[in-house]
Amino acid sequence: MTNVLLKVEQLKKHFPKKKKGFSKTTDVVKAVDGVSFEVYEGETLGIVGESGCGKSTTGRMIMRLLEPTDGKIYFNGIELTSLSKSEMRKARRDLQMVFQDPYASLNPRHTVEQILEEPLIVHGIGNKSVRKEMVKEFLQIVGLNSYHAKRYPHQFSGGQRQRIGIARALMTNPKLIIADEPVSALDVSIQAQVLNLMKRLQEDLKLTYIFIAHDLGVVRHISDRVGVMYLGRLVELAECESLYEEPLHPYTKVLLSSVPIPDPTYQKEQILIQGDVAESLPKNGCLFQQRCPFATEACKTIVPELKEVKPGHSVACHLYDEPQQ
Amino acid sequence: MLLEVKGLETTFFTNDGKIPAVDHIDFKVYEGEILGIVGESGCGKSVTSLSIMGLVPNPPGKITSGEILLEGKDLTKLSEKEMRKIRGKDIAMIFQEPMTSLNPLYTIGNQLIEAIRIHNKWDKKKAANHAIEMMKLVGLRRAEELMKEYPHQLSGGMRQRVMIAMALACNPKLVIADEPTTALDVTIQAQIMKLMQDLNKKFNSAVLLITHDLGVVAEICERVIVMYSGQIVEEAPVMEIFKNPSHPYTRGLIQSVPDMREKKETLYSIPGAVPKPGSIKVGCRFAPRCEFARERCFNENPPIYDVSANHKARCFLLEKGEGTVYDKRAVES
Ligand SMILES: Nc1ncnc2c1ncn2[C@@H]1O[C@H](COP(=O)(O)OP(=O)(O)OP(=O)(O)O)[C@@H](O)[C@H]1O
Ligand SMILES: Nc1ncnc2c1ncn2[C@@H]1O[C@H](COP(=O)(O)OP(=O)(O)OP(=O)(O)O)[C@@H](O)[C@H]1O
Ligand code: SF4
Ligand SMILES: [Mg+2]
Ligand SMILES: [Mg+2]
Repeated sequence: MTNVLLKVEQLKKHFPKKKKGFSKTTDVVKAVDGVSFEVYEGETLGIVGESGCGKSTTGRMIMRLLEPTDGKIYFNGIELTSLSKSEMRKARRDLQMVFQDPYASLNPRHTVEQILEEPLIVHGIGNKSVRKEMVKEFLQIVGLNSYHAKRYPHQFSGGQRQRIGIARALMTNPKLIIADEPVSALDVSIQAQVLNLMKRLQEDLKLTYIFIAHDLGVVRHISDRVGVMYLGRLVELAECESLYEEPLHPYTKVLLSSVPIPDPTYQKEQILIQGDVAESLPKNGCLFQQRCPFATEACKTIVPELKEVKPGHSVACHLYDEPQQ
Repeated sequence: MLLEVKGLETTFFTNDGKIPAVDHIDFKVYEGEILGIVGESGCGKSVTSLSIMGLVPNPPGKITSGEILLEGKDLTKLSEKEMRKIRGKDIAMIFQEPMTSLNPLYTIGNQLIEAIRIHNKWDKKKAANHAIEMMKLVGLRRAEELMKEYPHQLSGGMRQRVMIAMALACNPKLVIADEPTTALDVTIQAQIMKLMQDLNKKFNSAVLLITHDLGVVAEICERVIVMYSGQIVEEAPVMEIFKNPSHPYTRGLIQSVPDMREKKETLYSIPGAVPKPGSIKVGCRFAPRCEFARERCFNENPPIYDVSANHKARCFLLEKGEGTVYDKRAVES
């Protein structure tokens, strides 16, 4: 039986919306609105969805870089939202994050050595000479050289900087790494290098990943299971193969059919839908209703819950409701 | 032939020295075709399009040699005033981020009407009607209302549609679209690509589509140019480039893309990183990353070879006699 390493229950984050004009009601943006999932030890859970659907917010709440409005986060059996700041700092040793922008996330005034040593100092790991050795070791693990230790971030290419970001996340020997669009800013030829590296490290170091991305090709390549988010909600969650081969949610189908395939001989069935992510959100029911080609009356009134409809495959859509008795 | 670029060199004069961002490129655009330019960040795609439009920021940049012939007329010889007559009328451009090319202070209607009236001596009413018609054509619902709205009130996809409406308003012969969907979500990208394809058929405007996404190329381009470090390294019809990529970089690029249809244990990856233009002075610019590189590749500049009638590539492996060296199985295995 695979162990559950992380369990997220009804996680919510509501941001106050900037007020328009003289309206007195303080509206909120429901960036994440009741998301629940589990992550098993040693797996990669991919999270996909379009811009603004709440992927980063979810990741940042798990790290408690953002306080959830509501919900629970169990990591290794410990409920993270109830931890004090100092307890949380300790927990972060097992829980690290890799960010999208390797440029912005590395301090430009610190050498690579200082950057990689910092998490060790924070967690009181080793003495100076042990730490120096560890820096060298981890530089090699991510495919850089020990002579790189004395250099500054701007002296590296984008792909190399992302390797440094990954090395930094690995320093404390974490159990879970949340990677938020770790290859989105990289060129394809460099992307492949970083993805291969992440896969290799996962096997060697028995890591668990939450891999956040909007590129469905990248996500299929790295994930064991994939969750699809739409407007703050998880609308589908399944084994990678099952999701890509037999998507159930109408939104997932549209999303998959929109991805350009690098093969001019491939004839695909494209499902085009109208409109952008709805400008005015529906008050009730399914958030996809206005764009969904299959919407029924129930979709306008009842919020569809995420339910398992096949072994290991859950979807939040009324099309898969049990027929009423 | 609509446009012919001959020996174009565009150089940036910076504190770090001269950067030949576009280094002697030659290509043609035929009437009504969709030609793609692909390549990774910094290879010179945008500088190529800015050169054609006469919009290279000067200083620090300048076209340092070559010709850009639009129906035989050399655009590099024209004054700014003459270029202004061509921009928008004969050649229109769509940029990656529509927000930078739409003025936030004016309504959508205002900007469309102005764009139309630069090249047509129409009264405001007629221009407004044409603007509304164009907006409907690019699939913008509520066109009349949108005329009175400001750019920030529109979503990214809607703004890009406005840009396309503006680009097509004067029925240009050539539309240059520089990463028109890179900032957009895939579902919106699919809508915009379909739209560009439909409009290309309808108006017979040629499209020069600049992108780093091989998927987009496969989906809508008829011919493709692959750029690497300021040079063209391969040019072919789209089927040909995917079936028989003949430059090692093109092969590597195609194999690196994680295809959504299948999961691979490890992705093919090209070692090393893309060099800055000008950093490799002698030899093939791809040589330091190329698994086929031999001594010659580091010492001589490979010329362009014909692979077949419409297919060219810049690699020594294509030289007669060396051809046998280019064992495709070696790459595929
Ligand atoms: N600090 C904040 N204050 C107010 N709203 C916020 C804040 N952070 C995020 N949001 C809003 O929450 C929603 C979700 O944002 P989030 O960054 O999680 O999306 P995402 O899925 O990561 O998108 P992307 O693919 O663009 O990174 C968006 O509508 C965003 O505007
Ligand atoms: N204003 C400038 N000053 C100096 N160098 C420049 C300038 N603009 C471009 N360059 C150089 O020209 C080269 C080509 O840039 P260009 O913008 O054409 O790349 P691109 O292929 O469009 O890349 P991307 O995919 O990132 O848009 C770059 O390597 C850059 O160093
Ligand atoms: S010329 Fe040589 S180095 Fe360049 S791509 Fe061909 S084989 Fe590789
Ligand atoms: Mg994000
Ligand atoms: Mg560019």
